Amino acid sequence: MTLLNIENLTVEYPSRHGSFKAVSGANLALEPGEIHGLVGESGAGKSTVGAAILGLLEAPGHISSGEITLRSRAISGLDSAAMQSLRGKTISMIFQDPLTSLNPLIKVGEQLTETIITHLGVSQQQAHQRALDLLDRVGIPDPALRLNQFPHQFSGGMRQRVVIALALCSEPDVIIADEPTTALDVAVQAQILDLIKDLAAERQVGVILITHDMGVIADTTDRVTVMYQGQVVETGPTKTVMGQPQHPYTQSLIAAVPRPQVKLRRFSQVSYGGRDTRFAIEDLARNWPKATPSDGPLLSVRNLTKKFPIAKSLIPGRSKWLTAVDDISFDINSGDVFGIVGESGSGKSTVARLISGLYPLNGGTVHFDGALVSDPKDKAAQQNFRRDIQMIFQDPYSSLNPRMRVLDIIAEPIRHHTTRNSHDLTPRVHELLDQVGLGKSAAAKYPHEFSGGQRQRISIARALATQPRFLICDEPTSALDVSIQAQILNILKDLQDHLGLTLLFISHDLPVVRQMCDRVAVMKQGKLLELQDTQALFTTPKTAYTQELLGLMPRLDGLSTQGLDLR
Amino acid sequence: MTHSHNDTDTTPSRLSRAWHSDLAWKFRHSPIAMLSMSVTVLLVLSAIFAPLIAPHNPFDPGSLNLMNGFTPPLTPNAFTTDTFILGTDDQGRDIFSTILYGMRISLFVGFAAVSLGMIIGITLGLISGYFGGIVDAVIMRIADIQLTFPSILVAMLIFGVAKGFTPPQYRDEMAIWVLIIAIGLSDWVQFARVVRGATLVEKHKEYVQAARLIGRSATAIIFSHILRNVMSPVLVIATISLALAIIAEATLSFLGVGAPPTQPSLGTLIRIGQGFLFSGEWWILFFPAATLLMLALAVNLMGDWLRDALNPKLK
Amino acid sequence: MVSFLIRRVLQAGLVLLVVGLVAFSMFNFVGDPIDNMLGQERTQADIDRLRAQLGLDQPFVIQYWTFLTNAAEGNFGVSYRQGRPVSEIIAERAPATLELATVSALFAMSMGVILGIFTAIRRKGVLAHVIMSASLIGVSLPTFLIGILLIYLFSVELDWLPSFGRGEVTQVGAWSTGFLTSSGLKALVLPSITLGLFQMTLIMRLVRSEMLEVLRQDYIRFARARGLSERTINFRHALRNTLVPVITVTGLQLGSIIAFAIITETVFQWPGVGLLFINAVQFVDIPVMAAYLMLISVMFVTINLIVDILYVAIDPRLRT
Repeated sequence: MTLLNIENLTVEYPSRHGSFKAVSGANLALEPGEIHGLVGESGAGKSTVGAAILGLLEAPGHISSGEITLRSRAISGLDSAAMQSLRGKTISMIFQDPLTSLNPLIKVGEQLTETIITHLGVSQQQAHQRALDLLDRVGIPDPALRLNQFPHQFSGGMRQRVVIALALCSEPDVIIADEPTTALDVAVQAQILDLIKDLAAERQVGVILITHDMGVIADTTDRVTVMYQGQVVETGPTKTVMGQPQHPYTQSLIAAVPRPQVKLRRFSQVSYGGRDTRFAIEDLARNWPKATPSDGPLLSVRNLTKKFPIAKSLIPGRSKWLTAVDDISFDINSGDVFGIVGESGSGKSTVARLISGLYPLNGGTVHFDGALVSDPKDKAAQQNFRRDIQMIFQDPYSSLNPRMRVLDIIAEPIRHHTTRNSHDLTPRVHELLDQVGLGKSAAAKYPHEFSGGQRQRISIARALATQPRFLICDEPTSALDVSIQAQILNILKDLQDHLGLTLLFISHDLPVVRQMCDRVAVMKQGKLLELQDTQALFTTPKTAYTQELLGLMPRLDGLSTQGLDLR
Repeated sequence: MTHSHNDTDTTPSRLSRAWHSDLAWKFRHSPIAMLSMSVTVLLVLSAIFAPLIAPHNPFDPGSLNLMNGFTPPLTPNAFTTDTFILGTDDQGRDIFSTILYGMRISLFVGFAAVSLGMIIGITLGLISGYFGGIVDAVIMRIADIQLTFPSILVAMLIFGVAKGFTPPQYRDEMAIWVLIIAIGLSDWVQFARVVRGATLVEKHKEYVQAARLIGRSATAIIFSHILRNVMSPVLVIATISLALAIIAEATLSFLGVGAPPTQPSLGTLIRIGQGFLFSGEWWILFFPAATLLMLALAVNLMGDWLRDALNPKLK
Repeated sequence: MVSFLIRRVLQAGLVLLVVGLVAFSMFNFVGDPIDNMLGQERTQADIDRLRAQLGLDQPFVIQYWTFLTNAAEGNFGVSYRQGRPVSEIIAERAPATLELATVSALFAMSMGVILGIFTAIRRKGVLAHVIMSASLIGVSLPTFLIGILLIYLFSVELDWLPSFGRGEVTQVGAWSTGFLTSSGLKALVLPSITLGLFQMTLIMRLVRSEMLEVLRQDYIRFARARGLSERTINFRHALRNTLVPVITVTGLQLGSIIAFAIITETVFQWPGVGLLFINAVQFVDIPVMAAYLMLISVMFVTINLIVDILYVAIDPRLRT
């Protein structure tokens, strides 16, 4: 018998601009013991489906039509008391961020026992015993001690285990996991997904796994439902959908996923929904100054070191310092894409900020084109260097000043570095906007009027405004949907090919790094572990850590290769 | 904002953008916001144009007739048969006119004090938040210390000290300016703390790093990038501070350490009226008090609405 | 945690030193103390003698130090206006203010927290809306007007409660209390409400907005998704997290009650230190102003320290 059945679900959010259908006519069937992936890009409505099942839609959102049944019993439209008795007892939910999911002021043990007592009505003693068992089951060592601790004493992965234990308190039939591993590092992510897989098999729990990550879907789920703009476009066994996608959206989505095994010439663009926009690289290249080839490396970093204070003490000797970047040296050749990979906290972004001068150095030197540029007192060298390097940031929402018009955003570097008067400034900005495929009309708008991918194009236009020679890309696509990611990465490839730009590419995503970089450095806890040509790194890693990282990459073997540019 | 010439040819004008903005839309759909805004504007305008509106000039001794003293509202005076809509006080001054002129003083002190506190607070908050370190520590310690003392007490102290400095013959003349400085200086901490907090958030955003990367100076970044992004909480606080400043001025004047009798504000009028409340001449106190309440309430309602409207999390 | 508390104590000491400096500067630079203390008929010998007596011929730092040590002993010199030692006048007046402040602080805190929780939980209810609207009027009404209105209503029109003074007081040692007689208790009612009302509305609005903020947090959504009852969520989860920021601000509010007593004492002719202070400001009686300033800062600093300790007790994240 089907455990949970969603039929023709429509969720609407009325607003001043008319009613917005976040989900329209969605169907989904979940069997016991099955992990059912719900995948889609941002705005697809996948989280809304999850919230609708538990009646946790944020006002004014509501189910306007359709039915949700649990073991053939309708649960949509139950009153709040009946819904509350269902929540946690029969259907549990796990949220994305384990850091905010637990009440910081209440001991983990108390949070567990109160939930157990609420649902099972057992004594304090029994609840305590059950809490111990649960912590043990989700793989938390030393549960007796851990019960008496507060959430801040747990690491991110351990907290997510506690959250899972909380979801299991009353032996639920269904668990809805909304991006349960997105906030975690790859290694921890794999452990949590394994735990969920085990639990589903062991207890015959049906799991709806909501995610944007095709790797997670391919590795973890039994069945998958693909959503696009509120509608289900395809559903079926994971192997079939991933291997022979039927719907054009699924096909282009899968084609855009970066592959770890093979290097492509270009990413295939998602053409579904007319989202592909032109990038006029030839126009841009026409007026670009010819790079003068230099003998040595373009950028040369020696013994780079950075320490941050983590605990300040009254006694100077007792202050604690974190060495975020520890004695790192490397060279980047002109025209190369140089990658740095590592998990969060490895110091890779700090390196970017040290080179660009956003953070002062605690030690070491940076030479650009043979000149020392890391001396804060040498203002002239710094000013020249500034014109030659630019940076593209991770978050397209925070990298553009929300209260400045696009015209002013792109004009700012030109104004600062040249003496152009505002008269020929505007044509120049219009030209740049045309070249990145946004059009002149974008100039008078504010950033919030654009999508994430379009904002990243504005960032690129700003970075190119001073015709730099060196571009630092700090996780430039990790906040973007996979289809937009492909577009932006292709643009970056074009910049290297046609303009001869040198790129420093920082990422945690190994498949992306493989597609983008010529040489790659691996960082861990502030240290540079190894530095190799990309091909060599992926085939013959020198260190155990790199091997481990490579082993954690999603195996996308079963994914359709239709539409890939394999030349 | 930086302006450039040919930006309006392809898109709607700023005015129409402002009209269609979310804030304006929410305003047009909130009766309370529109009502309180109208009341505030009406009161401010009638204060500005007091000389044109007021039937009498209460400060022109020539127009005063002591015989008119204690005339109740809308009742002809027993001796002179003059009628006054809101009655007269003990010296025969028309209450309606004194209120209009008193509101001028109250509003002037309020606006000037808030502007002073705002300028100091925003500047110090931006500096403190952006630079951090020693500068931040010093500014925030001063703010902490001042915050330990309620602003009305600080204002009184500043008033007392300033009074000690001014020669007695100038005290009345200087009183209004002393009041503005006293209330303004007691008020900056609020702005500084909020602006500092918002600056701390903004300065870590990547657009600031992008501007630094271009090579722009700290001053340029603070004033052309960060300032405009920290203004919405400032707007809320400024509105609420205006209400508080008007109340503070009234309180100080009521206590006799504010506006001098020669330039009576609403607070001074209430102070005068208090003496007559218990002998039956209620109107001398009632109308100034009601005006003060109306003014403070309208401004407070606006502040309250603004806070909700500008906070995207509240629905 | 120990270093946190040590830092707080050091900071408190710093506050007192700075306030001391302000008070001391008032002494020395506002007007001429000699002018203030000696009449028109004075000789140079008188002036010199007084200068030496007051230590005004000493270097600045020594004078400051003398001022601080004197202040620590409760010696603030002689009131210009009354010609009596300031410490004596203050000791006489302090019980009145402290009793008034305590009663209104209890009133403001208990009512403020209760109404704040109520309006947050029943956010959409009619009564909550009424309370919120009323509170906005409360914030817009200056304290002195509330006092006048209460006097007019309950003393003049209804004649239930006295309109001024402390009523009958009993002397317990050096402390004069109004708690022991019925007329003393009656006299406390109107001033306490007047003084507490404004603080109460502030505390209430703060509790409400903090609680609403907490109710929006992920862990509350997760608690709801686990099926915990509304009661558990509101009172076990949300309330505890609300209290952390509320305690700091409430501490500050309690401090300001003592200062706001100035206004209430003026309206009700309450014979406390506030009334003393406002008279001192009017007559530029610097020693009284300085002493009041020091006294009140010691109180504020103490309250803040207690708040800090409470903070650590409630929030486990600060304990490690």
